[in-house]
Amino acid sequence: MSSSTPARTLAHPAISARLLWVALAVVAALSLLTYLVAFDQGAVSQSGMYLHELMHDGRHLLGVPCH
Amino acid sequence: MPTFLSVLLRGLLAGLVAGLIAGTFAYFAGEPRIDAAITIEEQATHSEPGTGEDHHEDELVSRNGQRAGLFLATGLFGVAMGGLLATAYVLLRRRLRTADDGRAALLLAGGALLGAVVVPFLKYPANPPAVGNPDTINQRTGSYLLLVVLGLVAVWAAALGYRAVRPDAPEWQRGAAAVGGFLLVTAVSYIVLPTFHEVPEDFPATLLWNFRLASLGTQVVLWTGIGLLFAALLTWSGGGRSGGGGRDRRQVADRLAGSADGPGETDEARNGVDAPVRP
Repeated sequence: MSSSTPARTLAHPAISARLLWVALAVVAALSLLTYLVAFDQGAVSQSGMYLHELMHDGRHLLGVPCH
Repeated sequence: MPTFLSVLLRGLLAGLVAGLIAGTFAYFAGEPRIDAAITIEEQATHSEPGTGEDHHEDELVSRNGQRAGLFLATGLFGVAMGGLLATAYVLLRRRLRTADDGRAALLLAGGALLGAVVVPFLKYPANPPAVGNPDTINQRTGSYLLLVVLGLVAVWAAALGYRAVRPDAPEWQRGAAAVGGFLLVTAVSYIVLPTFHEVPEDFPATLLWNFRLASLGTQVVLWTGIGLLFAALLTWSGGGRSGGGGRDRRQVADRLAGSADGPGETDEARNGVDAPVRP
């Protein structure tokens, strides 16, 4: 396999501080998305209750406490 | 960060597709129950005008809009969960002591389904419209999120229990230790966290049961789909970035971990060596 070179260069980021920061940023962004879909009551999205109402059925069926 | 990005994109795509499949399931299994619950809710609101402070009444989004929004919600939720699973995969791949990327992905998705869905659901089951006291929404949301975290801790405790028993011990002993770790954390969590009894006395039990089954089913479909699709995307193709056909299913593991994981190898040993230690 030709995987020895990628293994050498790509294994390092798996434990580097930079990868951890990037992963943290990704987790933060995806948590915000989760919040907007499942928990926002209009305060963060500044959409009033529009997003809340639009995705209301999804909240209930995904099992998130709603009201 | 090419490796993380490529894994992340696979997770996001798996999550989007699985979210739309889960939305389809929810549409057929759950929407009739939501409609029935809304009918009950409106009857209750009309008979008691003083308590009519409910946001279903303000018509911000039509019912058809909400039915379409269901797919938006499950799709976006799936994207988020798929991305989080992919991130967890990258960070934890070395600690999952299997050489098979697909198995590692399925293990993580199964752990997420158990810890982040089943454990919270059994104490705080999903409720249809017309069930739930708006005054306690903050406590219920906080407790729910805490139980999601504790459920994942319980899965982690299961892994710790499994590994606390010698690898050469009979498998049932390792399995029993895993179950013990899981149950310990889950039981303590259930006892410590508050309980909410908010189902109205006259709410139809059959409707509640069917709604909750549909809700649990939606999450099971979502996580099953994410796990299978993510595992498939990890193993199906390397994307041709570094060339070469004939990629086997251990390719991403090789790139992430630097070498195939040996069963007896410690995390420290693997983390300390970036270059392949074996030909």
